[in-house]
Amino acid sequence: MNKFIAVLMACLTFAALAAAADLTGAGATFPYPLYAQWADSYKKLTGVGLNYQSIGSGGGIAQIKARTVDFGASDAPLTKAELDAAGLVQFPMIVGGVVPVVNLEGIAPGALKLSPAVLADIYLGVVKKWNDPAIAALNPGLALPTRDITVVHRADGSGTTWIFTNYLDKVSPAWHGKVGCGKEVAWPAGVGGKGNEGVAAYVQRIKGSVGYVEYAYALQNKLTHILLQNRAGVFVAPTQATFQAAAAGADWSAAPGLYVVLTDQPGDASWPITGASFVLIHREQQDAARAKSLLDFFAWCFADGDAAASHLDYVPMPDDVVALVESVWGAEVKSAGAAIWK
Amino acid sequence: MTTRHAHAAEPDRRRPRPWGDPLFRGLTAAAAVLFLALAAAILLELVNGSTLSLAKFGPSFLWSSAWNPVTGDFGALSSIAGTLITTAIAMALAVPMSLVIALFLVELAPPAVSKPVGAAIELLAAVPSIIYGMWGLFVFVPFMSDHVQPFLSAHLGFLPLFKGPPMGIGLLTAGIILALMILPFITSVMRDVLRMVPPVVKEAGYGMGSTVWEVARKVTVRYGVRGMVGACLLGLGRAVGETMAVTFVIGNNHRVGTSLFDAGNSIASALANEFAEAADPLYLSALVELGLVLFLMTFAIQGLTHVWIRHLERSAGRGL
Repeated sequence: MNKFIAVLMACLTFAALAAAADLTGAGATFPYPLYAQWADSYKKLTGVGLNYQSIGSGGGIAQIKARTVDFGASDAPLTKAELDAAGLVQFPMIVGGVVPVVNLEGIAPGALKLSPAVLADIYLGVVKKWNDPAIAALNPGLALPTRDITVVHRADGSGTTWIFTNYLDKVSPAWHGKVGCGKEVAWPAGVGGKGNEGVAAYVQRIKGSVGYVEYAYALQNKLTHILLQNRAGVFVAPTQATFQAAAAGADWSAAPGLYVVLTDQPGDASWPITGASFVLIHREQQDAARAKSLLDFFAWCFADGDAAASHLDYVPMPDDVVALVESVWGAEVKSAGAAIWK
Repeated sequence: MTTRHAHAAEPDRRRPRPWGDPLFRGLTAAAAVLFLALAAAILLELVNGSTLSLAKFGPSFLWSSAWNPVTGDFGALSSIAGTLITTAIAMALAVPMSLVIALFLVELAPPAVSKPVGAAIELLAAVPSIIYGMWGLFVFVPFMSDHVQPFLSAHLGFLPLFKGPPMGIGLLTAGIILALMILPFITSVMRDVLRMVPPVVKEAGYGMGSTVWEVARKVTVRYGVRGMVGACLLGLGRAVGETMAVTFVIGNNHRVGTSLFDAGNSIASALANEFAEAADPLYLSALVELGLVLFLMTFAIQGLTHVWIRHLERSAGRGL
């Protein structure tokens, strides 16, 4: 019995030590599967673990401001002014795409084409039927059903909604005037599903519905995606290549605080509803060794994590953006005045 | 023999200690006061958290149907209406059914039937609400959209209550899921209440030549009315505050419609959906005020029921 207690004590002590060395993060749910995968691989390699709580972007921002975690994660970037006010540095970790999906009998994935204006009008509740002349004009030769359109949106506040409404806000003056952009907005039409999985389930359930989900959910649930017209006027399909094209087209170096929104990017191959997921860390680090180990982890993710990212249907950051991010670390992240990343 | 000797050796055992009773009284009183203090603290914290929203919107928060996080305009009407409508549907379906089931189990069913059925009901009462939500979304929603809602629109479609596309989700579905959730809850308490009606009273009824129906209606139910209202209150409390099961099937929409097929939301589902990402102070404050409204609503329902029970007892008599 005593031996058992001794072993138990040893285990607990070991667990406590291991926990003390672990890095902590909190925030966006969208990159969580990938962060968990990266953390797992990195722990096997180096023994340094990561405890990431996917509590939502808003929670992540609040936690990093309160310094209860080593880093926060958000799908919507903070502006330079917000970063400066809180003493934070922000950098993109991965890129993902938001994909409009439909449930229409007889329509194959990638068969239906929509323009930005028509997509916005559908979400505004102006275009109410699938055989509306506006949709028919974009899809000559496609047999459109006479069904009512049921719009499906996220019920919970989310970074996915932020990216999606940011896009509609840019492309549609009517949307800009009536609804605007946010993690949660006053939806003019439709029903709300909880989480990506909730929207996916509603779209699969309701005939004549249209919803928007993260790319990975569209793939996993085998939902019918559409072709969307980008800024160059080309109808593109959501793929890793078109997300990467949108990320590559952006001018990161000119953006103060790396505030880059990847929606509606120029370029023939760019998927228009693309977004990056960001990481937030404090500019002034209290524990230099811990901060170094945190940046080492992110550097490893950028260098060796691409395969894991692609496997989980995320898009890794382009190499020139990674170089830029690491130069930002070197210039801005300090402990007692000394740069941590050299 | 030895034990007796041992007892005799400790005569103190039986003498009451002078501080025993006061200590016991103090401890129990402290526990009771703690409960009150906790309720007061929750209320205080809710009011404190919603000061921004209270100051900006005032009482109009209660009847404004706006909910716009972008422009910062909030009102609780759709959430309050959704909570009340789904709860009303749930109670209207669950209470009569529970009463009938409980009466059958206690009065009519042979033990070979009532025991396994009773066990099954207790088992159902312990199923977590998320299970009802998932089952609702993946099994019940398709059934509603394919069968129940088209049937209702075909036969009762002239009423505005049953108009609209049969999406399967919405207020009606949420109400029915809630009814299924609280049914075992209410039934199991009602069954216990009916069991406690003394057989003497019922036998007196049968001795007068009453039928089973007459005894059930005029004796058993009247005797247990207080406990049965308590059972309904338990179910009501669960229905008003239910979160996950409702969130899955209600459609989550801050709009006030006229049809039960419309998507809506309840206070609890709005909180569950929006709390995590509400970074703006006013938005957060409005959500906390929603919580305050729910807290006060539950209080009001409890208070009204107590008044009602007292009225019932005056007219029907306590314990017959």
